[in-house]
Amino acid sequence: MAEKIATRVAYGNALAEFGEDKNIVVLDADLSKSTKTDTFKKKYPERHFNMGIAEGNMMAVAAGMASCGKTVFASTFAMFAAGRAFEQIRNSICYPNLNVKIGATHAGITVGEDGASHQPIEDIALMRSIPNMVVISPSDAVSAFEAVKAAISHSGPVYIRLGRLDVPVIYNKESLDFKLGKGIQLTDGRDVTIIANGLMLPEAIKAQEILKEQGIEARLIDIHTIKPIDKDIIIKAAKETGAIVTAEEHNILGGLGSAVAEVVVQNSPVPIKMVGIEDKFGKSGKPAELMVRYGLTPENIVEKVMAVLAMKK
Amino acid sequence: MNNEKIRNLKTHAANIRKGIIEGTYAAGSGHPGGSLSCADIMAYLYFEAMNVDVANPKMLERDRFVMSKGHCAPALYAALAEKGFFPMEDLKTLRHIDSYLQGHPNMDTVPGCDMSTGSLGQGISAAVGMAMAGKLDNMQYRVYAVLGDGELEEGQVWEAAMSAAHYKLDNLLTFVDYNGLQIDGNITEVMNPEPIADKFKAFGWNVLAVNAHNFEEIDNAVTQAKQTNNKPTVIIAHSIKGKDVSFMENEASWHGSAPNKEQKEKAIAELDALLKELGV
Ligand SMILES: Cc1ncc(C[n+]2csc(CCOP(=O)(O)OP(=O)(O)O)c2C)c(N)n1
Ligand SMILES: [Mg+2]
Repeated sequence: MAEKIATRVAYGNALAEFGEDKNIVVLDADLSKSTKTDTFKKKYPERHFNMGIAEGNMMAVAAGMASCGKTVFASTFAMFAAGRAFEQIRNSICYPNLNVKIGATHAGITVGEDGASHQPIEDIALMRSIPNMVVISPSDAVSAFEAVKAAISHSGPVYIRLGRLDVPVIYNKESLDFKLGKGIQLTDGRDVTIIANGLMLPEAIKAQEILKEQGIEARLIDIHTIKPIDKDIIIKAAKETGAIVTAEEHNILGGLGSAVAEVVVQNSPVPIKMVGIEDKFGKSGKPAELMVRYGLTPENIVEKVMAVLAMKK
Repeated sequence: MNNEKIRNLKTHAANIRKGIIEGTYAAGSGHPGGSLSCADIMAYLYFEAMNVDVANPKMLERDRFVMSKGHCAPALYAALAEKGFFPMEDLKTLRHIDSYLQGHPNMDTVPGCDMSTGSLGQGISAAVGMAMAGKLDNMQYRVYAVLGDGELEEGQVWEAAMSAAHYKLDNLLTFVDYNGLQIDGNITEVMNPEPIADKFKAFGWNVLAVNAHNFEEIDNAVTQAKQTNNKPTVIIAHSIKGKDVSFMENEASWHGSAPNKEQKEKAIAELDALLKELGV
């Protein structure tokens, strides 16, 4: 069994690691133990600011600090970052193109027992529709760490989607070549392409293995950066495999599947099927139970692959 | 209030606390600390103040309640169960898949629940809306709400406060569960919302203060609120987070973690001892 680490833990570690840059400041909204910004706080307490339970204010404060030259990380649950503070992010951060990085944790339905009010399934749709915003949904702790590094190097707003759950480590720190806006091909294949990110990547890996046993060679791609999206790798996959299945822990309206479809239909149309939450609110339950209930398993991916293969010419 | 009444309310409060412990234990997660701190307020509201009908939870002329600090759903659910809206036994399904008792209040699934909450700061606005609708329709019902003291840091709370005073909502009464703690620690250290009373006064509210665990004080304040015209009332209820479970009292760490079996049994034993003292 692979080691399991939550992407939010990697986020906290990365902040602590890169925090020696005195220009970096971290804001939180009464959730620093959950978002893991407390890891940074332990090392650099003078540059960690608890803004209280006031997310809208926090985002615009982040904008103000960034306008004075700071690289600002603002963290809270994804629900209250992308949701509650949407318009502050749009008008105060993205419109002036300020250097604010949003570390949004507890994304998706695997928040679990807290239920629908705390399970954002629309944050990627919201964030990727704002001009200037970069959107990253890392799949494991290694790439989440690299995502923070890449976000620091990039000048401008970045939304980093992070999870609550411990998830398998997929990448090797030494060999991972993480580039903002560049997808990662994990396996080659000519029959179909599976495009996934976040905690659906490990599920997609399992699906790819099941398919292989059945003689179906699937190409597997991690699109960790949903915006700007890696058009080249997607178009190439469409042309070479002729069918695509996407898998994401998000509403199928507006997320990774939609972003991939936008590229494919405009460049090299092939059939696409989407695995994701089918426009329903989440509910309380254990994360693993919810994954099954909402159709986010390797079996669901395999099923969609069969359906898309049937449509393939 | 006579002694018999107080004894009854204390009994209901202890039962509500037991429900909070049973529920969060069975869920393996949830928020016992802030639920325990408002348990007496919940007992007072559902067994003394509010006009509700368990046989007709959607009765038009009922008083409304909004748990603005929605993470304290265990206190709301336990109060509703103690009142008879659904069986106490169901509290053990809290947060389980397919249970109607969702992690945060859901008005579509929970009998007696008047508003879905969970995102802090929004419930009090919904309560303002209910009070405005009541005025518009010439209804006599009252709207009650419970805010967290950390929740006061949300700007929306003050937008709600401004609108409630502007529309002279004397049919609105909110408690602030003033337990001094939020997730990251002491409220005055995380993001100081003080002076709370002065702020509400400046926003045009009738401001009262009570010990949140003293039914006579709560009763006096609510009576006073009912006699106040043209202004909403806030009762700042000085409370102890984790109240009546010795090892949870004033401990920030019990904000959002559930008791294990041993801790649950200890808590239930303490609450049973309280009930015994009351002669139950
Ligand atoms: C808008 C929003 N931001 C953050 C949270 C996460 N959260 C849940 S409870 C809590 C602390 C609440 O403290 P307080 O209002 O004092 O509640 P109590 O002490 O009564 O439990 C926070 C930050 C939330 N539920 N909603
Ligand atoms: Mg509090």
